[in-house]
Amino acid sequence: MLTKRIIPCLDVFEGRVVKGIHFKNLVDVGDPVELAKFYNDEGADELVFLDIGASYRSKSLMLDMVNKVSQVVFIPISVGGGIRTVEDIRNALLSGADKVSFCTAALMNPELIREGARIFGSQCIVLSVDAKKEDNEYFAYKLGGRVNSGMKVLQWVKLAESLGAGEILLNSIDRDGTKLGYDIELLRAVTDCVSIPVIASGGAGELYQIYEAFSLGNADAALMASIIHRKEFGIKEIKRYLKDRGINVRL
Amino acid sequence: MIGIIDYGAGNLFSVLNSIRYLGYPVKVLKDPSEFKDVDRIVLPGVGSFGIAIQNLISSRFYNSILEWIDSKRPFLGICLGLQLLFEFSEESPGVKGLSIIRGYVKKFNVKKVPHIGWNLAMVCGDSAFSKSLKDDFYYFIHSYYVVPEEDVGLFKTEYYIEYISGIIKDNIVAVQFHPEKSSFAGLNFLKKWIELC
Repeated sequence: MLTKRIIPCLDVFEGRVVKGIHFKNLVDVGDPVELAKFYNDEGADELVFLDIGASYRSKSLMLDMVNKVSQVVFIPISVGGGIRTVEDIRNALLSGADKVSFCTAALMNPELIREGARIFGSQCIVLSVDAKKEDNEYFAYKLGGRVNSGMKVLQWVKLAESLGAGEILLNSIDRDGTKLGYDIELLRAVTDCVSIPVIASGGAGELYQIYEAFSLGNADAALMASIIHRKEFGIKEIKRYLKDRGINVRL
Repeated sequence: MIGIIDYGAGNLFSVLNSIRYLGYPVKVLKDPSEFKDVDRIVLPGVGSFGIAIQNLISSRFYNSILEWIDSKRPFLGICLGLQLLFEFSEESPGVKGLSIIRGYVKKFNVKKVPHIGWNLAMVCGDSAFSKSLKDDFYYFIHSYYVVPEEDVGLFKTEYYIEYISGIIKDNIVAVQFHPEKSSFAGLNFLKKWIELC
């Protein structure tokens, strides 16, 4: 039976893996290659690198890093942040990434999903959705979660699926950084409406919340950052907890 | 020397990197004339069945692969590289596959397609190679699966249905999962193939 995935998200700024709150007080988390090896040893099912720098230079430094990681760590690697064109997708894949994710670029130009899937295959196209509830309705936000695109989340993920997206990375802006748990209502709504895998993101703080993303939210994977970077929980510990409660994971 | 066939079907780097990481000499083959430099070949691949067969023909690898397999030298197919060995695929009606294994390639008719993520590959068959392997988790990403019409199963996997996720026949080993993306289990599988097949 297919297992549920646990995916560490590494924020990258100018080629360094960093942590910080809202781009302030950025602190180096460690050597990217060592960190990737560590999470791989711990049982991470995939790695996501997210460039939080806005510059071309920052993105290209991240791709150098991904290239180094892909030579010693053999699990799927996704990259996101600043992917805007087919050329950007190509460069990321040539650097050793297996998948790319994009959010704003797809909202501005949904054809990017279709073109990316046609040229490189759906398996490498991850649509990232930053969702926020407004007037009892979820909307897809763009530009780092600052601007409401006006597009309803459910409408957007259905369209993206039909254009060839291979997976949905579903991030809750309301929950991001709160440790209140993944937005189960949002997850459930999206997993009920598409047949491609959905990765839960935003809000993980406690083990039971990760469990609920799978058991109640029907997520296929859970993305997490601070709780594992701060070593509040180890990936092995998370997976044991899930397994004890009947969630199928790779241990 | 291990050769990885480059016929324009996507990313070869992870296969190359993983074999290099294991410490074996490996190179990318851009032309069938380079087959003489290697003693085992790997056929990777992502993308569509029809385009891959077209590319194998236009790059002249098609016949060379048939000859290589005929000569009983070691061959490993990965993902689409497994599917191409069959007679035809529902993905590309009218396109003839390498037809080395009797059977065809079928689309998953289940709730969630593609099958993405880590799943258990259960060893089956009684070849010497299968006896050296154990059940393990590997990374899968595919929408089609093979339906062999001969007894060649090396692995089987459950995804809504049970299907054959790896085959072995004489000098041919081919798997649906990506050993080059399956962490320690995948590296171990590649090492065993290099040492035992």
